[in-house]
Amino acid sequence: MADYKSTLFLEMIKDFAENEVKPLAQQTDEEERFPIETVEKMAKLGLMGIIIPKQYGGAGGNYPMYISAVEELSKVCGTTGVILSAHTSLCAAPILEYGTEEQRVKYLPDLASGKKIGAFGLTEPNAGTDASNQQTVAVEMEDHYLLNGSKIFITNAGYASTYIIIAVTGKGPKGPEMSAFIVESAFEGFSVGKKELKMGIRGSSTCELIFENVKVPKENLLGKRGDGFKIAMKTLDGGRIGIAAQALGIAEGALDATIAYVKSRKQFGRSIAQFQNTQFILADLATKVAAAKCLVEVATNAKQNKLPTVSVNAAQAKLFAAETAMDVTTKCVQLHGGYGYTREYPVERMMRDAKITEIYEGTSEVQRMVISGTLLKK
Amino acid sequence: MKIIVCIKQVPNTTEIKIDPVTNTLKRDGVPSIINPDDKTAVEAAIQLKEKHGATVTVITMGPPQAEKALREALAMGADEAFLITDRVFAGSDTLATSTIIAAAIKKLGADVVFCGRQAIDGDTAQVGPQIAEHLGVPQITYAAAIDYDAAREVLTVKRQFEDRYQTLEVSGQCLITILSTLDKPRYMNVWDIVDQDEKEVGLITYKDIEENLNLADIGLKGSPTKVKSTATKQFDKTIETVELDPETAAKTIVDALKARHLI
Amino acid sequence: MAKNIWVFCEQRDGQLQSVALELIGVARELAEKTGEKVCAALLGHKITDKAAELVAYGADEVHVVDDACLEKFVTEQYAQAVTALAKKYEPSVILFGATSIGRDLAPRLSARLKTGLTADCTKLEMDEEGNLFMTRPAFGGNLFATIICPDHRPQMSTVRPGVMKKLERDDARQGEVVVESIEFDTAKFAVKVVDEVRSIQCAVNIEEAKLLVACGRGLKDVKPAYTVAEKLGGSVASSRALVDAGIMDHCSQVGQTGKTVRPEAYLAFGISGAIQHLAGMEESEYIVAVNTDKNAPIFKVANLGIVSDAAAVMKNIEKLL
Repeated sequence: MADYKSTLFLEMIKDFAENEVKPLAQQTDEEERFPIETVEKMAKLGLMGIIIPKQYGGAGGNYPMYISAVEELSKVCGTTGVILSAHTSLCAAPILEYGTEEQRVKYLPDLASGKKIGAFGLTEPNAGTDASNQQTVAVEMEDHYLLNGSKIFITNAGYASTYIIIAVTGKGPKGPEMSAFIVESAFEGFSVGKKELKMGIRGSSTCELIFENVKVPKENLLGKRGDGFKIAMKTLDGGRIGIAAQALGIAEGALDATIAYVKSRKQFGRSIAQFQNTQFILADLATKVAAAKCLVEVATNAKQNKLPTVSVNAAQAKLFAAETAMDVTTKCVQLHGGYGYTREYPVERMMRDAKITEIYEGTSEVQRMVISGTLLKK
Repeated sequence: MKIIVCIKQVPNTTEIKIDPVTNTLKRDGVPSIINPDDKTAVEAAIQLKEKHGATVTVITMGPPQAEKALREALAMGADEAFLITDRVFAGSDTLATSTIIAAAIKKLGADVVFCGRQAIDGDTAQVGPQIAEHLGVPQITYAAAIDYDAAREVLTVKRQFEDRYQTLEVSGQCLITILSTLDKPRYMNVWDIVDQDEKEVGLITYKDIEENLNLADIGLKGSPTKVKSTATKQFDKTIETVELDPETAAKTIVDALKARHLI
Repeated sequence: MAKNIWVFCEQRDGQLQSVALELIGVARELAEKTGEKVCAALLGHKITDKAAELVAYGADEVHVVDDACLEKFVTEQYAQAVTALAKKYEPSVILFGATSIGRDLAPRLSARLKTGLTADCTKLEMDEEGNLFMTRPAFGGNLFATIICPDHRPQMSTVRPGVMKKLERDDARQGEVVVESIEFDTAKFAVKVVDEVRSIQCAVNIEEAKLLVACGRGLKDVKPAYTVAEKLGGSVASSRALVDAGIMDHCSQVGQTGKTVRPEAYLAFGISGAIQHLAGMEESEYIVAVNTDKNAPIFKVANLGIVSDAAAVMKNIEKLL
């Protein structure tokens, strides 16, 4: 039997991206404006709850559907792709995977319906790649944890209402003991700080989070006390597949735009598509994109089927897709010549958007650490 | 209210190409879509369901691969779907097709039948009114808006003509053909995309509806009209196309119109 | 034995529609082949005086059904009247205009009379035996199919307005006017007309314009087109893209799903010329096309093709006038 579910989903998301997201992409970038109306439209179609099971109000779809959504959205707008990725992979997924039944019932329906947007806070000024050097602390009191500290570079911050926050809850045998919490933006003492002005994905909201004596109810501890670092790392495994899909989408979008451009642009009396230099560059780029797509598929299947290789699969997918996105978009700008450097053509934005995929949710260097660590552990 | 929506799967004609040697359509690689007017008919039915409560049944007559069009309608929010398919139906013209679809509708039972005004592959706009006649129910074609007054059980339809609109009222069973301008069809949604996987698309074959159907009225034999021949279109170009800057272009046009005493 | 060529003569608000006269024109040609008569069916309320006009345009007989229930077009009322005439006179052919009325009524009748119907014909021919060859565009105008209806009578067809030529009016022409009385089954009148509004945007009938300024996707703003059209003494038409985008009304749409026009001059601005569009305007006397894409199909039918920015050219024309 034909897989109607995947076919129909792909048709829908392509249609949606082309007609609802693409027309706003340039404006979203130039005005550095969070595309809230797009998120509302996505919510209506169930896109904010693709992987959330039906009993929590989600669509009950699978990981490949979610990942193809990030890819297709990113083809036309990298900002929209990461909004969905952070919401789903970094907030809905850990609540689904580590949350108690009470936490799932309380938080997942609003995330699934898109009534609330989700985000995730791990990074701090002194805890980037060295994620265990956390300064944010949550002190256990009688009926709550008292949260103090700050986070930076938080995707969806300001627009999200539900945050997964990692904080130090004590001392462990090998260093600080970390725990994960579900923190609501409505909690007293929670505030959003400085908004970052970024090179790319400029419609995505990236801000600082500040916690001043935030009382987090004990039932909002996600997973067991002390599991915070593990939860953060596992969550990022999932997140990296989303970012890999975003990078893949950006590369595909740039390639599509460039193929159209080289066919219409004429120099020396013929279209630049007729030059072998153009043809060979396009061939190489398309091959890299195809390879990136394969790695994303492997990682997606590993996540869907809960395979133990998911961590390394995700790291490889993100590493390769991100570097492919950077390489493809740079060369696409080059093929556009002077026009490619102007904002009249989307490849300029795509090149700026691509860069972040080599940095967030673990830099390319971190991915190499994850991959080599697995190789050398044996 | 039980609404049956008749849809057709059509090749996306904007992408159709003719094979210059064989004079036939190149269908390979041409995507199939739900006919645009029909897709709006699905939208109109789902809107009535949302506002007033109704079940929406989508039906199509076609080859087995037309199941995809039905599943797309389910993914938009239709409740159930049936595929009318049988070898003996092949070769039917609009009259024979309408006879078969009407027989299926009689079997399924409906309060209201929606069709698209016309299909982009045939552009005949005939099957809807013909179904209505076979069912013995009134028809309203070219619907640009539909409203339902639940208290009076009356459907109000804004019917478009070339130069005017009429507001029409009908109570009881009826068939309405719908313009794609009525509303933009919604996107499929993820909930219904997942749900349609768990639904069966019902099959209706000749055997299932033979009590309402005479073999002499269907298929190639039951079709009063026959295609005698087909031809492709040839264009003859009068002059070469010229590239001009806007100013020269404007002057060229105005001069050409003046020279021909058109202005 | 079925005989004679019948024409359903559409009238609106008591005014005969141009397509009715065009159909009498083509029916005349067909009737010459077999030596049959051209019979006009004129339905409406207080319209009997229009019968003479149909004779002047070539009808041999005019059958008038003048009844209050026919004042506004409603399918069932009209279907009952035409069915009664068809049963009484057994026509060999009935022609309808492919208008929103003809395309509603004809299929209903074809099912009621259990006969074939061919939609949107652009060419009609007849052999000596009285077989009608009905040619129509198929697959969005990519193909033309010639359809026959060999074993059923009447042979029915809807014909695109603007395609056939009406005869010169000749008030000296003689014909018979028969006033018919029909027993209506009013129990079947289920659809009620509660309101009718003439569309203001559609006040201009582009089918009758001598010059059309046609706008397509390549124009972001259609306002200058109205100014230019006014100065040139013409009207504004559009491609389907702008109608779908909600910028132009359906009544201004030219093409397969819109109107067929053949003005003396057709100026296409920013229209790429999908085959569906070309089907509606290629018969125009003189076609000017402006488009940035030099491979646009519109240039295949243009007498004057200009590769340039449509909006800018429009602005410059405005300045010149």
